[in-house]
Amino acid sequence: MPGRREFLNTLMRGGILAALGLLSGAVIFRSRDDKSCSFGFDCSGCSRSKSCMLPAALEARQMVWQLDMTKCIQCGRCATNCVMSPSAVKCTHAFAMCGYCDLCGGYFKPGTKTLTTAAENQLCPTNALKRKFIEDPFFEYTIDEELCIGCGKCVKGCGAFGNGSLQLQVRHDRCKNCNECSIARSCPAQAFTRVPANKPSLLRGLGPELPNGTAKKSPANV
Amino acid sequence: MYKIRTSHSLIRRLYIVRCTSLVFLFLLLPLVTLPIQRFPKPEFESAYTQPQTFIPAPRAEFLAYLDVFVLLISLSVVTWLVLKKRSRLWVFFMSLFSLAYFGFYREGCVCSIGAIQNVSLALFDHSFILPLSVLAFFLLPLIFTLFFGRTFCAAVCPFGAIQDLFAFKPQPLGSRLNTVLGTIPYLYLGLAVLFAATGTDFIICRYDPFVGIFRFNASFGMFLFTGILLLSGVFIARPYCRFLCPYGVLLNWTSRFSRRHLSITPAECIQCRLCENSCPYDAIDFPVTDKSPESRPLMVKKMMLLIVLIPFLVLIFGYTGSRMQDTLAGVDSRVKLAKEVMEQARMQDAGYKMRDAGYGMQDESYEIKAYKASGKTESQVYSEASAVLKKFYLGGWLYGGFTGLVIAMLIAGRMLPVYRKDYVTNKGRCFSCARCTDYCPIKS
Repeated sequence: MPGRREFLNTLMRGGILAALGLLSGAVIFRSRDDKSCSFGFDCSGCSRSKSCMLPAALEARQMVWQLDMTKCIQCGRCATNCVMSPSAVKCTHAFAMCGYCDLCGGYFKPGTKTLTTAAENQLCPTNALKRKFIEDPFFEYTIDEELCIGCGKCVKGCGAFGNGSLQLQVRHDRCKNCNECSIARSCPAQAFTRVPANKPSLLRGLGPELPNGTAKKSPANV
Repeated sequence: MYKIRTSHSLIRRLYIVRCTSLVFLFLLLPLVTLPIQRFPKPEFESAYTQPQTFIPAPRAEFLAYLDVFVLLISLSVVTWLVLKKRSRLWVFFMSLFSLAYFGFYREGCVCSIGAIQNVSLALFDHSFILPLSVLAFFLLPLIFTLFFGRTFCAAVCPFGAIQDLFAFKPQPLGSRLNTVLGTIPYLYLGLAVLFAATGTDFIICRYDPFVGIFRFNASFGMFLFTGILLLSGVFIARPYCRFLCPYGVLLNWTSRFSRRHLSITPAECIQCRLCENSCPYDAIDFPVTDKSPESRPLMVKKMMLLIVLIPFLVLIFGYTGSRMQDTLAGVDSRVKLAKEVMEQARMQDAGYKMRDAGYGMQDESYEIKAYKASGKTESQVYSEASAVLKKFYLGGWLYGGFTGLVIAMLIAGRMLPVYRKDYVTNKGRCFSCARCTDYCPIKS
């Protein structure tokens, strides 16, 4: 009698092991970030050209949360919905994109008459955005990260009215990298995505993709 | 259009012209604000150097593999302590280590319990990349359990470790209450897999009671829940593990077929009954020596009943689950958006002029604003939502059927006769905490 029971147990154990193996195989080999790419075909345009034959999971990337500014509508929930207080999302300044405007849409409240650093003129609720005179007529804007709460008010102003150099980003020295980001859950624009940990930033306008000399026409530009 | 020459003064004048004309632009705030180079990069005359934008790096990737390594080592050590050394004291010390490392240092993320959702989502959404370390966190405890019992629960899981600290006066709950409350994890697991696989939500992480403690930042409601859980843990030992943990369901079933398992006595049981009250988790099965309490015709009747009952319950609950698709899918953000868009279209059809009635842009929810800014068409939103609804129809059938099966198994488990000679650990429910070994008078 114990022999039969033992045999059935071994059988079940083998079955469970096989099931777990199948499950992990399916999960590893079916995950690809580029669905259009199939084995052995034209790899010239593929971002993963070198490791094309490997499923994405085998590239052993850790994934981290990041905010895609092309989707973000600056609703302000980043400031309130993070498990961290203050939020791990903060404004990041891509200096390479900044126009150093005197009248900065990210710094001043709409309708401000005198362009001074007076508190009533400032859009930032915590005085985290600092303005410094460089040379006529340029001003440098820097963010005091300790003060920034990630509300995105300056980001909205800068994007609507400037170059969009002020951008909201998940700061990975603060982010706990929760399994499911609680801001992502409440983001109305689904702007939060998981990105590979070796490319943790979705900041625009830093690298060669900066539209150099391709200043777009805007009413202010003509 | 101006031809910009090298003259700096002209460029400067342009700036001033632009800056003054920009005041009017405030009226035209677009919704999505893409970075566009409206103003060219200034050419500085002074010796100003542009600061570098600081991008902090995430946690180093090798540390994730270090976590897996620590998991593997602690699983091995605890297994050895439980099966070979049979020492409760050392298991307790290991649980303190796990609480410190996986709990307070790693802040409870990623844990094996939550990894269920990552694996489920990766199985159904091919664009979701599952890091191998997360897969390892899901698999390793299961494989260890398959061979050695739930040593993961004993002292590796930080959730179990923190609750174990509160188990001062455990009371036996009785087998009925244990069985009934023990079905909750099955329902929780089914729901978690359903929501993860459809890409709706990670409910295990969302309603995780301990992560707020590990990070010292729990919300008030969650803190209250955790407090009640931990305090009730004084009398009902490890309430989360026994009556909530969805990963415990998987461990329970793998543990039933484990190759080796903690035994109360290292040799022959002498029926001394000393271990009878030693288990805080009611995981010791008492001997049932009454061998044939029921007549054969009665047994046949019971079997017939079960054969009819199991498919009946599966079908009934499956159908109920499929009817719940609207309720279940209602929490999905894509479905919510479609409802909102539909509502708005309906309002407009009904002749409400929102703007005339005094409602401006601010009356729109952020979801609607984001939808308008994304450039998606109405039909795109609807087709996305109906795809989600379809998933929930099938998912509802599966979830309901699973619930029915669990209930049927519960009934079957109580109907079938048992025969046991000795005091043995219930391989499914036992956490391998090794408390009972201290009570057994037989050493080696």
